[in-house]
Amino acid sequence: MPTYQIKVNGESKTVDVSADTPVLWVLRDQLDMVGTKYGCGIGQCGACTIHLDGTAVRSCSLTVEQIDGKTVTTIEGLSQYGEHPVQQAWKEIDVPQCGYCQAGQIMTASALLEANPNPTEDEIKNAMHGNICRCASYNRIYRAVEKAAENMG
Amino acid sequence: MATDKHMTFSRRGFMRTTGLASGGMLIGFNLFQACKPKTEFTPPVDLSQLDYKDFNAFIKIAETGEVTIFSPNPEIGQGVKTSMPMIIAEELDVPWKDVHVVQGVLDTENYSRQVAGGSQSIRFGWDALRQTGATARQMLLNAAAARWGVEAADCNASDGVITSPTGETLGYGEVVNEAAQLEVPEGVTLKDPKDYKIIGTDAQNVDIDEIIMGKPLFGLDYKTDGMVYAAVVRPPAFGQTLVSYDATKAKSMPGVIDVVTIGEKVRALLEKDPRPGGIISSSDKIVVIAETTWQAFKAKEAIEAEWEDAETMESTSDHDRILNGLLDGNDFNTMRADGDIEKGFAEADEILERTYESPFLPHNCMEPMNFYADITDEKVHLVGPIQTPEWKAGLVSQLLDRQPEEIHLEMTRMGGGFGRRLYGDFVIEAAEISDKIRKPVKVVYTREDDMNDGIYRMAIKYRIKAGVKDGKITAYHLKEAAVNSNMYGLIPNFFPAGAIENYQVDVANHRSNITTGAWRAPYTNFLAFAEQSFFDELAEKMEVDRVQLRLDLLKKVDAEADERIEYSPERMIKVIETAVEKSGWGTKPQGVYQGFVNYYCHNSHVAEVADVEIENGEPVVKKVTCVVDCGIVVNPLGAKNQVEGGVIDGIGHSMYGDFGFENGKPVAENFDKYRLIRMKEAPVVETHFIQNDLSPTGLGEPTLPPAGGAIANALKAATGNRLYNQPFVKYPELLKPQKQEIIG
Repeated sequence: MPTYQIKVNGESKTVDVSADTPVLWVLRDQLDMVGTKYGCGIGQCGACTIHLDGTAVRSCSLTVEQIDGKTVTTIEGLSQYGEHPVQQAWKEIDVPQCGYCQAGQIMTASALLEANPNPTEDEIKNAMHGNICRCASYNRIYRAVEKAAENMG
Repeated sequence: MATDKHMTFSRRGFMRTTGLASGGMLIGFNLFQACKPKTEFTPPVDLSQLDYKDFNAFIKIAETGEVTIFSPNPEIGQGVKTSMPMIIAEELDVPWKDVHVVQGVLDTENYSRQVAGGSQSIRFGWDALRQTGATARQMLLNAAAARWGVEAADCNASDGVITSPTGETLGYGEVVNEAAQLEVPEGVTLKDPKDYKIIGTDAQNVDIDEIIMGKPLFGLDYKTDGMVYAAVVRPPAFGQTLVSYDATKAKSMPGVIDVVTIGEKVRALLEKDPRPGGIISSSDKIVVIAETTWQAFKAKEAIEAEWEDAETMESTSDHDRILNGLLDGNDFNTMRADGDIEKGFAEADEILERTYESPFLPHNCMEPMNFYADITDEKVHLVGPIQTPEWKAGLVSQLLDRQPEEIHLEMTRMGGGFGRRLYGDFVIEAAEISDKIRKPVKVVYTREDDMNDGIYRMAIKYRIKAGVKDGKITAYHLKEAAVNSNMYGLIPNFFPAGAIENYQVDVANHRSNITTGAWRAPYTNFLAFAEQSFFDELAEKMEVDRVQLRLDLLKKVDAEADERIEYSPERMIKVIETAVEKSGWGTKPQGVYQGFVNYYCHNSHVAEVADVEIENGEPVVKKVTCVVDCGIVVNPLGAKNQVEGGVIDGIGHSMYGDFGFENGKPVAENFDKYRLIRMKEAPVVETHFIQNDLSPTGLGEPTLPPAGGAIANALKAATGNRLYNQPFVKYPELLKPQKQEIIG
């Protein structure tokens, strides 16, 4: 199997996997970074969202080959102690029910606010629409994104 | 009044205490003694024999005063890992911020009930959790009083500190070793709810930091050295069994360790005990064992298998035909019959009869099914997300012919349950695989496996018929036709039972080889829509106010005279009146169309009002006002989350949830074909709790069932079209306003 050099959360990692291996499974099974979740495997639910060069992408639908030379940030690398304003807003609003989808929600929200620090209601809803929360904590997800924008502003 | 009639409480044998070698005190308590009959008790405790195997929850108080509460029940997102320890901490009287909460494990030998299901954890736990906290507090008080040589009654214990009559103080940790030596006191006094400091205050999810930082918490995150991954090829259609397979290509793929079959042990188990046959196929299954999840998934796709069909392979069109046939026929079991239904209909001037239809639904937990098993000659180690650990440990013991005490089962936090994780077919698979390959293994379902190897909410049809004369309902007849199983026995005693003299509930079912089971708020998740839509239409037919119709019926109910009646008419009236006030019912400006519902299930009373507006020619659900009486609200912050989630989940599945079969094979297999509600479709949910001092009841389920009816009634008001079948999006013509002039 080929060897890939990838950059995750500021560190260079060497992984030995087949070229078609999704980044999701490289993170989870090779690098023991399990914060990024498997939900659907086809880019429909958003549980596996990471940042690739700062943009929110679905790591289940991205192969290890495709991230060559790019920078990956996962939930583990968003902040050291959970102090990122989006994580803090999630805590303040007490968003999670089961909590499984929340890493993906936080990664989508943090990429949105990085690109657009003062989003409108529609912009928040459009950005978060791709992330399913089966417990339907949508009211709180929305409020937490709003709160994070306030805190960052 | 039915709320607490099933609760009996025996204190004997319910609690034990001991000192810890490391210093401090351990208190074990059996939470579910509370639901056993009064006559059962365990013998007096011999401390020297204490092994705590009978206990499912613990408090540990260290010499430093640090308090650890081991939360007994599985956490599926319903919040009990936070709210149950809050109840103990309240009576123990320690600051909530000083409490560490740890998930308790299952010791398979002697548990009485350790289940997440039916919204019952808080209701059943309420007395035992308070007694435990209060007893521990009393023992600490007694120890401090003895040291000071004063009466315990003259001392006070509050916020982890005991104060003597002369103002001396001792922290709990300073007297904990003496307290551990004391007799467990009987008859401790519980707090007056007005003195609560923790119960009724907002507490964040105890796992919030781990969740927002992506720490390993869930079954899918669990990993041990040497663990391998298993992906399972199960019959693609319900009713099929494996004939032969070719794994040559799969075995040559990277990372593949082996390809094996399982099924033999399941068949042997089913011969001894056929009951699990309702949740697990007896067919052989092909298992790919690989070094990583992805390698296992990939190799699974390369397996070529031949399957044999059963005599009957069912399709959705068959279910429609069969269930309609059952409703039209006479082959019913009567679950409740009051008065004379035929006489009631004969007296009526007018009859309203309507049929309501629902499809199968998968649970779609965000965390796909998975489980870890490590079976060796020495041990049976099981870890993962399971709502019924005790049941599964028992089945694995039978499956592998191992002693129950050899089995160690740990529950992880669950990425959703919704009923799917009650069944644990995946635990049985993991155990059989690890037993066969003698390696620690994690079985992981792909999303496609998860959706297509489900234990679904069954398709159900209801037919409701009412007779009316002179503004009075003379007869009410509810018929249910369902796949595999019918409504549980309490449901016929829900509203409107007791309000209508001639009242009957009949059920019929069709046995299918498609596996079905509990799905968040079983039966009521669709029945509430049917009944509440029917009441709305009945009010229109009777030309009476739709809320007043419900209130008038409730005022006729004498729940004292009929102890079968499950709900409280008084509490129901209160939630209805509060919902009218809080939602602005009947006072909304033109262009806001409202739908009203009230419902009782899982021991809680709920009323909901949905607001629909027309935007760009389409009705949009903007807001739902939800009023809940669940007694004392232990953790309002968590409780509101349950209400919001329940309402939006109920709307989502009424609107979009559709799952069909073609010759036993599910039609959808992932979220591209199966639609779940998302951010833009979710209305704002405004929650109001009725304030009272009544014992708390569950919240995981009760707000879901009425939501479908609330939006259907509001959509009727907005469009002029009445919806009878779910999901609503299957009938786009009914989601358009009938007349241009009613567009707001």
